[in-house]
Amino acid sequence: MFSRDRWQEIFQTIGKNKLRTFLSGFTVALGIFIFTVLYGMGNGLKNSFNEFFMGEATNTFSINPGRTSEPYKGFKKGRAIEFRNDDIDDIKKDFALYLDEITPVISFSATARYRGESNSYSINAIAPPYGDMQKTIIMKGRYVNAHDMAGFAKNIVIGRLVEVDLFGHSESAVGKYLDVGGVMYRVVGVFQDDDGDNEERMIYMPYTTRQMLDQGTDKINEIMLTYNTDIGYAGAMAFDLSLQKYLKAKHNIAPDDQNAIYLRNMADIVQRNMMFANILQLVVVFVGIGTLIAGVIGISNIMVFVVKERTKELGIRKALGATPASVIGLVLQESIFITTIAGYVGLVLGMGILSLMGDRFKEDYFISNPGVGLNIVIMATLILVFFGVLAGYVPARKAANVKPIVALRDE
Amino acid sequence: MIVIKDLHKSYRMGTNSLHVLKGLNLSVEEGELVAIMGSSGSGKSTLLNILGMLDEADSGEYILDGVPIRNLNETKAAKYRNKFLGFIFQSFNLINYKTAIENVALPLYYQRVNRNERQEKAMKYLEKVGLKNWAHHLPSELSGGQKQRVAIARAMAAEPKVLLADELTGALDSKTSYEIMDLIQEINDEGKTILVVTHEPDIAQMCKRIIHLKDGVIVEDSFVEQVRASSYVQ
Ligand SMILES: Nc1ncnc2c1ncn2[C@@H]1O[C@H](COP(=O)(O)OP(=O)(O)O)[C@@H](O)[C@H]1O
Ligand SMILES: [Mg+2]
Repeated sequence: MFSRDRWQEIFQTIGKNKLRTFLSGFTVALGIFIFTVLYGMGNGLKNSFNEFFMGEATNTFSINPGRTSEPYKGFKKGRAIEFRNDDIDDIKKDFALYLDEITPVISFSATARYRGESNSYSINAIAPPYGDMQKTIIMKGRYVNAHDMAGFAKNIVIGRLVEVDLFGHSESAVGKYLDVGGVMYRVVGVFQDDDGDNEERMIYMPYTTRQMLDQGTDKINEIMLTYNTDIGYAGAMAFDLSLQKYLKAKHNIAPDDQNAIYLRNMADIVQRNMMFANILQLVVVFVGIGTLIAGVIGISNIMVFVVKERTKELGIRKALGATPASVIGLVLQESIFITTIAGYVGLVLGMGILSLMGDRFKEDYFISNPGVGLNIVIMATLILVFFGVLAGYVPARKAANVKPIVALRDE
Repeated sequence: MIVIKDLHKSYRMGTNSLHVLKGLNLSVEEGELVAIMGSSGSGKSTLLNILGMLDEADSGEYILDGVPIRNLNETKAAKYRNKFLGFIFQSFNLINYKTAIENVALPLYYQRVNRNERQEKAMKYLEKVGLKNWAHHLPSELSGGQKQRVAIARAMAAEPKVLLADELTGALDSKTSYEIMDLIQEINDEGKTILVVTHEPDIAQMCKRIIHLKDGVIVEDSFVEQVRASSYVQ
């Protein structure tokens, strides 16, 4: 079957029948190309998802107050809900089993000045666990600590870019005094954060200090907490529900009011997004399989056409002594050769496009580092080759078994 | 060389059946040049195709060079065709993307002759039919007579026992026809057994024996004085 003579015969028919060769080759190459690119982009989307959710602890809840959307227990609707320090204390007391860490967040913005430089920054007044929740990395000095909290210390921790903005590249901010909104604070630490420039332009201070300076208020904007990971996903969902119920009862909110308290449960969000990514991957696999099926149908049609076109030639060959097996072999070997080469071309082109894309579409299309396992594409190519052969075999066998006299009559 | 006994063949078309050959008996010796004559539709081609194992008889006996031909599957038929028979068709049946020499070499490829020997033999037979200088031309670059010469060279290349020609001059003008018949007579002179189907009396007269088919039976079978085609060819 693989003699030199046979190959010469095949190369000749390939060379002399360019349209036929092009049609079947093009179908296979296109099929594999589209499959590779689609599959690779699907993987790229998934990569982005994974990267995106690595930046924050996933066992966090953040709870924000809103406005009531229905009247309850004599209160009118539209009432603004406010969190206070005692909410933190109550959660600590009543959810001790679930809770890992908890911190209030008070957000505001103010102008920071150092010598001639000044700029406006977002400031979060927090408790020390906040740093771990955000996966903040301390570059110099230290983070806000319990001692700062207890002593209402005017200490702050600034982002890497705040230091660059106000102190330049050469001067270290640690130990220096910074005027923030008219109050002098001592910089005790500088941090970096992987989540981007905005994060690195933040300033953190003890929430106790902020409340003291703000006329001794005990209001807080937001509650952030992490739960004990031992409770698992189901435990987290249960905690989520009972915490909402608890806070609604405490703040006299109707149990079914959806607008008074917003609880953002990262576990749930991550879970949903992972599900979304998995569904995307599934869609991509479906589209890939669809492409392959289209390719298989295409190559089948072409093989039927090829054999039909060759009916007379095959009849002549048979009259000259070609056996049915050699006729089938001739047709199939040619199609295997063409589809394999074309599949390889499609594969190389597809991989080439993917590697050209690289991280270029990360910002706009959320695709990072698209790629496909070589084994998957080779598998896809083999599938196409296999079905191409199968699709060629049926008409080839039919042609091979037609009486030569019938084939010769074919015009 | 060829013996047939009580050969029957019908074509079924739906519910109708057309009885084309109705019990033929025939015997052809080695070295004969036989014309099979008859009006159109009399079954000449049908007979020749059965002799050529391109088609099958319904019943009857067929012995070729002492070998009984029966119960043929396609693979066996292909091998017999390759070994025993050479075909020449009215419409030449050359493979259009192969050059003259490649066409002539093709039966040798199916005989598993090695490449160099194939080339050599093919060239030898092309030379014999006077087309040595046209060896590397495609059929589309050849005249009708030249194409038929290539076909004859191809039929000869496999060195078969019998040459079967169906209306081999049917697509040619009379001058070219005589040139082709001259070649056929030459080949026959060297001892090859040849059967020629024709409905043209002048072509039949150039053979040594004429068999008349009518309504599926042989109505006449006679040896004739051969007219040499060379007398018409300058
Ligand atoms: N494959 C076929 N199917 C049906 N009828 C056929 C077939 N081949 C030939 N015939 C019929 O058989 C008869 C003999 O045909 P053929 O042997 O080709 O005649 P000839 O060659 O003498 O002109 C004709 O009537 C023709 O129509
Ligand atoms: Mg005929």
